[in-house]
Amino acid sequence: MQHGKYRFIVGFLAVPLGLYTLFVVWPFIQSIYYSFTDWTGLSPDFKMVGFDNYERMLNDDIFWKSLQHSLLFALLLPVVTIGLALFLAFMINVGGRKRKGGPVITGVRGSSFYKIVYFFPQVLSIAIVALLFSFAYNPDSGAINSILRGIGLDSVQPLWLGDPNLALWAVMAVLVWSTVGFFVVLFSAGMASIPVELYEAALLDGAGRSTTFFRVTLPLLWDTVQSGWVYMGILALGAESFAVVQIMTTGPGGPDYSTTVLVLYVYQKAFRDGQAAYATTIGVALLIVTLAFAAIVMRLGRRERLEY
Amino acid sequence: MKTTETSAPGTEPGVSVGKTGDPAGTPPKEKKEGAVLNVFSHGVLIIWAFMVAMPLLWAVMTSFKDDASIFSSPWSLPDTLHFDNWSRAWTEANMSDYFLNTVLVVGGSLVGTLVLGSMAAYVLARFEFPGNRFIYYLFIGGMSFPIMLALVPLFYVVNNLGLLNTIHGLILVYIAYSLPFTVFFLTAFFRTLPTSVAEAAFVDGASHSRTFFQIMLPMAKPGLVSVGIFNFLGQWNQYMLPTVLNTDPDQRVLTQGLVQLAASQGYKGDWSGLFAGLVMAMLPVLAAYIVFQRQVVQGLTAGALK
Repeated sequence: MQHGKYRFIVGFLAVPLGLYTLFVVWPFIQSIYYSFTDWTGLSPDFKMVGFDNYERMLNDDIFWKSLQHSLLFALLLPVVTIGLALFLAFMINVGGRKRKGGPVITGVRGSSFYKIVYFFPQVLSIAIVALLFSFAYNPDSGAINSILRGIGLDSVQPLWLGDPNLALWAVMAVLVWSTVGFFVVLFSAGMASIPVELYEAALLDGAGRSTTFFRVTLPLLWDTVQSGWVYMGILALGAESFAVVQIMTTGPGGPDYSTTVLVLYVYQKAFRDGQAAYATTIGVALLIVTLAFAAIVMRLGRRERLEY
Repeated sequence: MKTTETSAPGTEPGVSVGKTGDPAGTPPKEKKEGAVLNVFSHGVLIIWAFMVAMPLLWAVMTSFKDDASIFSSPWSLPDTLHFDNWSRAWTEANMSDYFLNTVLVVGGSLVGTLVLGSMAAYVLARFEFPGNRFIYYLFIGGMSFPIMLALVPLFYVVNNLGLLNTIHGLILVYIAYSLPFTVFFLTAFFRTLPTSVAEAAFVDGASHSRTFFQIMLPMAKPGLVSVGIFNFLGQWNQYMLPTVLNTDPDQRVLTQGLVQLAASQGYKGDWSGLFAGLVMAMLPVLAAYIVFQRQVVQGLTAGALK
């Protein structure tokens, strides 16, 4: 298969690689370069300023706040989401009533119904979800406070997105709401492929359901959990947190910078404040955080692969 | 876990006693525990299903109400079905334009992503040449980098090419940012296909490109469907790229159009119209999901399971 091979390779790779280089690789390289300049983005003139932008960043209180929130997103969101998803997936897969003559562990009735419903938010745009919840959180006419009033909690009427102490948690809850279903389905598929004999053996040895979960299910699912963790963390640092914070919170990023995240701060500096060079500097910080996060999770999670 | 596997009786005598489940053989305590667990798990599962469905139902309900009752009683059923909210959103609030723009952008991007992605993936999976690994990892690297970092210079790259605020410009950018996952997924897929068919075609005198389009692409159809669904949803729901690169009100896609609408309707006070627009944007995707449920789940989870 040598005839015309290189001509073919070049012909097939040229367009995709060209497009990718022009719109993805080249801007990445440029932005690292720009972070050492004083480019405003508005005029084509700029000069090199060395590490000035980085120095400024280290003294920027809003940067530190954004970093703190982004780290919280990357660490806490995956833990809560994946924890909840594992719990629900386990309930779906082993919570079934034992039927006569059936296997010792069965899924609940209607398991496919649950999975279909849980997956709904996953197919919706995060922008639409964010919009929907910004109405639901409305203190007067929103769905949530009106439920609270309905069950007699008239005194509990939080401002949600308007309260600096609550806004960040309210935003994070939306991300949990929209992603749990994806992981339930993912983990369910993984749990379904674990042989029943392993459960039977564990139960026979006197293990309870929770022991079975921690000693049998979780170790066998570990690879999926780990890649899900990295996936969720990258989303929580990037596109998803941008959409929810930008759409839902006042300012956006407020009140009082209580919800601002790195990715939003990059956007605001570049496209609102005309400080493109400084924006790329914060972007570089975001890049470092993202790569460090992925590396740490992969490293912490490394353990012997179990075959079954 | 819905397993149809019924363990063959008698193969493991010790085990079969415990699991036949006949009332006599099962200790009462264990049976009771199973029942409690069953009730508990159904309870938990129903609560979460409720929490997922309620906000969506609330939105549908609200889209049929008039503005006054949206504010006075958020959870009451609409007194009459105000279909005029929907027609107002469709015509006056430009939802029809947003739909059309989105269809054009996603249609073009999806075709382009699949064609270009499968071409690159095929070459990377099946041919050895210097730089193969480097190009592969260059593509894969795009999956874990924060896109926002590239968007700052990208805005000016696109602007200099005269592509800012154009549909075709947005299509090219969507394709470029969809390539990493597409190439990653399809490269793995092409590696699993047998080589013998392509070799036979080649021996019979077919050119490399003819072999690809007439033999390999049809064989790769299941992979193309999965990655196609993944990209369709990703591109249809895309918010960050159009927000940065597509600031002209006439070219807005659905997601950013709705967000802009929410900002402007806030002053006009047409909340019912806004909810109608919101539901209008949700329904096609939810309907498509319910119809193609199995393929969608496969397409979206395929990447994570690899």
